[in-house]
This record gives sequence, C-alpha cells and structure tokens, in this order.
Amino acid sequence: MSIYFTKEHEWVKVKEGICAVGISEHAAHELGDVTFVELPQLGKQVKQFEVLGSIESVKAASDIYAPLSGKVVKVNEALNDAPEIVNESAEDAGWMAWIEIADESELKSLMTREQYDEFLKTL
Amino acid sequence: MQLIYEKSIPGRKGVKLPASDVPTAAPLPENLLRGEKAGLAEVSEMDLVRHFTNLSRRNFSVDTNFYPLGSCTMKYNAKVLENAAALFAPFHPMTALLPQGNDFCQGTLGMLYDLGQMLADITGMDEVTTQPLAGAHGEMTGIMLIAAYHKAKGNRKRYVLVPDSSHGTNPASAAMAGYEIITVPTAPYGDMDIELFKKAMNDEVAAVMMTCPNTLGLFNPHIKEISDIAHSHDALMYYDGANLNAIMGKVKPGDIGFDVIHVNLHKTFGTPHGGGGPGAGPVGVKKGLIPFLPCPRIVMDDDGRFGLETANPGSIGRTASFFGNFGVMVKAYAYIIMLGREGLIRASEQAVLNANYIKEKLKPWYDVPYDMTCMHECVFSASRQLKQGVHAIDIAKYLIDRGYHPPTVYFPLIVKEAIMIEPTETESKATLDAFIEVMIEAAKTAESNPQALLEAPLTMPIGRLDETKAAREQNVCCLV
Repeated sequence: MSIYFTKEHEWVKVKEGICAVGISEHAAHELGDVTFVELPQLGKQVKQFEVLGSIESVKAASDIYAPLSGKVVKVNEALNDAPEIVNESAEDAGWMAWIEIADESELKSLMTREQYDEFLKTL
Repeated sequence: MQLIYEKSIPGRKGVKLPASDVPTAAPLPENLLRGEKAGLAEVSEMDLVRHFTNLSRRNFSVDTNFYPLGSCTMKYNAKVLENAAALFAPFHPMTALLPQGNDFCQGTLGMLYDLGQMLADITGMDEVTTQPLAGAHGEMTGIMLIAAYHKAKGNRKRYVLVPDSSHGTNPASAAMAGYEIITVPTAPYGDMDIELFKKAMNDEVAAVMMTCPNTLGLFNPHIKEISDIAHSHDALMYYDGANLNAIMGKVKPGDIGFDVIHVNLHKTFGTPHGGGGPGAGPVGVKKGLIPFLPCPRIVMDDDGRFGLETANPGSIGRTASFFGNFGVMVKAYAYIIMLGREGLIRASEQAVLNANYIKEKLKPWYDVPYDMTCMHECVFSASRQLKQGVHAIDIAKYLIDRGYHPPTVYFPLIVKEAIMIEPTETESKATLDAFIEVMIEAAKTAESNPQALLEAPLTMPIGRLDETKAAREQNVCCLV
C-alpha cells in the first residue's frame, strides 16, 4: 500500500478507492503528548486541504487537513479514549479517518515518503 | 500541604453561636431542604486563617516578583486604583433601571460614559461598549457586531481571515460566530504575507482579524494596505487589542483602517488579571457599527444628563449582565486619568524600550527568529539549547527556581521552542538586568550541565506537574 504526505504533515494510505488519514511521525513528535483528537463526522464531505478535524497536545492545538477530497466513511473511535495512540503509532494505529476518494488525480499534489523526508530537511 | 477538608474534624467550629432565645420559625417545606449535609470543612478559626495564609504565601503575582509573561502585559497594578474602585462600591447596579433611577446614578453612568469616550479617543473609534467581561468575550462581541453589520447590508459572507501568528481566541471567536477560518502564513519579514493575503482575500470574507503589533512583537508596515484591500471587498478590520500597550498614544487603530477593536483593560490599563481581576474587554467600533452595539447603551442628552437608550432594534442584545465588570472599569478610568495623555505615551515608549533592551542583551545567548526592532515584547527560540536536549519548558521551570514567573513559552505557534518575553514599562532597569543575568545563566547551564535544567524546579512545594495526565483526565473535583 502506498503512502503519501502533505506539507501540513498528514499522511494518507490508499487502497481500492478508500484512503486512511493520519498525522506523520514527525508531526506527532513535534506536538508532544497528544491529549485530544477531534474526529470528523461520519458522512462528512471534505475537499482536499480543507479542515478535517483537529488535534490538541500539551503544547498546541492544530487543525488536521484532508489530504484528498471525498466522504468520511469511518473514524477511529479508539482515539476518543486513548489519544496517546497517536504518539505511540502515528502512521498506523493512530489513523484518524477513512475517506472514500472522490478524485484520485489529487494524489499528484501530495508527496511520496522520499519527497516528504526531503521536505522535512528543509524545515 | 493538606487540603482544608483533610484538616476537618467533626464538630470543630470557628464560631459558637449562643442558644436561640426566640421562638423557632415554622420549618421550611421538605422539598426545599437538602437531603444530606453540605460537606463543608469543620475547622477552628485559627486553623482556617493559617490554612489560607499559608496558601496565599505560595501564590506568585506581580506584587511578589517579576512576571514577564508575553502577550499578557503583567504590569504593576497600582493599589490606589483599588481605593478608586472602593469609592463606587455602595452603588447598586440596578439603580439606573428603576423609575427615575437615573437621578441617583449620574456619577456611575457618567464614569462609564467618560471611560468609553476616553477609550474611543485612544483607539480612534467612534463609540465603545464597556459590557464585555474579558478579551475573548470582547472578540466574540466584536465578531457578532461584524456579523450583524453584514446581515443588515444583505452581504453574503463566509470567511474570516487570520494570520497564523494570531492568538488562538481569534479563530475560535470567529468560528463560534459561524464563520470559516482562512489562515494566512507569516512571511520571513515577520508579518502576515501580503501576497498570500491578497490571494486569500475575496468578496465572501467578512473580516480580517489582526493583532498589531503582532504576537512576534512586530508592527506590520503593510497594515494600511491590508485594510484598504479588505475594505474594497467590504470586509471589516478587527483589531485584537492585546498588544495595545505597545502603541498607546502613538497610533490610533481607527486611523489605520480598523473598524472594530477590543481592549483588555487588565492588560493595557493596569487593572488586575484573572483570579485577582476580573478582566474587562470593552469593544470600540466605527460609526457604521454603532446601531448594532450591545444594549442598553449609555447616552448623554443635550443637558449633559446620562441615561440608558432602551429602544435599539438593531442591537445584538446584552452581552453581559448590568454594565460589565464595573469595578474594573473604575480602576481603568482612574488609571487613564492619573497618567493622562503624556503618561500613556510614556508608558508605551518605556514598554517598547524595555523589550528591546532585553532582546539586545539576550541576543548573543538565544536565537531570535525574527530579528528586528520589536515593540513591547520580544520572541526568542530555544532551538540552540535544544541541541543539548534543553527545551523552552526547561528554561521556564529553571526561572521559577530563580524567583521569576516564566515567560510565555510555545507561543506564537510559528516559532519553534518559543520564549516570549514582555517586561512592561513598570519594571526598573535593575530588575531587567537581574532577569537578564539569570537568563544568561540558564543558557550557560544548558551548555555545561543540561541535566540541571531538566530537573528544575527544585525549590517549589512540588516539582514538574504531569501536564499530559492533567489534560487527558480532566477530573477537577477530587472529592468525589
């Protein structure tokens, strides 16, 4: 399964028209201990780079942006009780939502893992 | 230290009342009686006095130590202002609402009216409401006024623009009022990127919310251009008054295109903060927004008599009971009168001078991400110290050990490991020098013995708090 990243540090994994969305290991590390994740509503239609949800840590609160347009078909309810999962496993168990992809061509505006790693070096 | 409840011994009392020698009244109806005891602590008077005196000795305040908390303007709160407020204590806030009540409260209404006029003059606005109870409440009121303005004009507006350096309350207030937020990034010159702002601007933008100088302590040289562009789309300019202390008497926000402003009396005008406050967040507006101001408005008739304007159909309604935090306004009124025009200007100048002094003195020791002449506060980054594993929070904790309130840390969000210092005008050079000395010591310790900073504070009743646990398990009531 291929993984892509945004400049706002979200990741997206794509499989058969559906994608999982979360924040990168780098973002989770920068935020510090995550204390609250505001998940999107099921069924919500989002446009690419629009606000999908938000995340709070002991240091800061920030928005999570949708890496791709589409409909939210599943959210990670486990994060309501255990937001620390984002710190423990940002790019796997710490996923936030599944989106039914509206337009796969939007993937072109995202970065591959290698491109994202290069991007991090510029920060 | 034990809680007062842990000191409680059943039956112990501070005051023993004599036996009643008057007939007992008929008992209250059953449904009005509580089922169980109130659960108050039972202690002697001396236990109680010692408990709270000892608690108060653990308090940190401007009255005890230097408090350079960026963006909060922790200036000294002159005690004479308390005396001024006490003069007004006997007056009942409902008096003005009684029939002919105005006859008995010309002084209180006049004070509120005059304070509004003085704040309008300082900010370049046409009228001020003193109702809002704090800065964020003022923001909410201001955004509601903007929404009412657009609604009355039949404008279809969806967005509010904020720079990414803004106080979190700006986007929060706008979102609560139903707007979507567009965040505009900061350019390398330390202000909202003017080109990105132009791109983001459109006819559906209701307002642009700016803090000026911004949270990096920098005055935006493009501010007039920004407000002109906003106005060309019939978007209003909102001025977050948190940093007004930097420009008081020098620049009137109304003169550079702002339409709505909130003022934090507990920052700029020398009244206490938070628990010692409360706060007050008067909102000033330009003429076009007066019809929407909260009611009742205090007005003066041709004979110079004050009254309440009750018929105000366009008003967004009351935003607070009575007239807001009245006592705070008396203190702010007295502060402005005491300093006068020249005094306010000098206060701003001194605040800016103090911040630049600290910035220049600490520059060799800490990174300054946006290095230019600052206004009333300066922002450092602990990124150099981070190489030794020392974070901004560790330096903050070390300062507590040395008797200083930490500066604001991790804000503004756009600065990595931010340390934001606002000395205010009320501190002497000697105080600043002593603080600078300790900050340099912290930087040296970060190099020579970083572990010492990671262990701070050591002199406090408790060490590091578990902030994560506190945020994740928000159970503030530990008794049940």
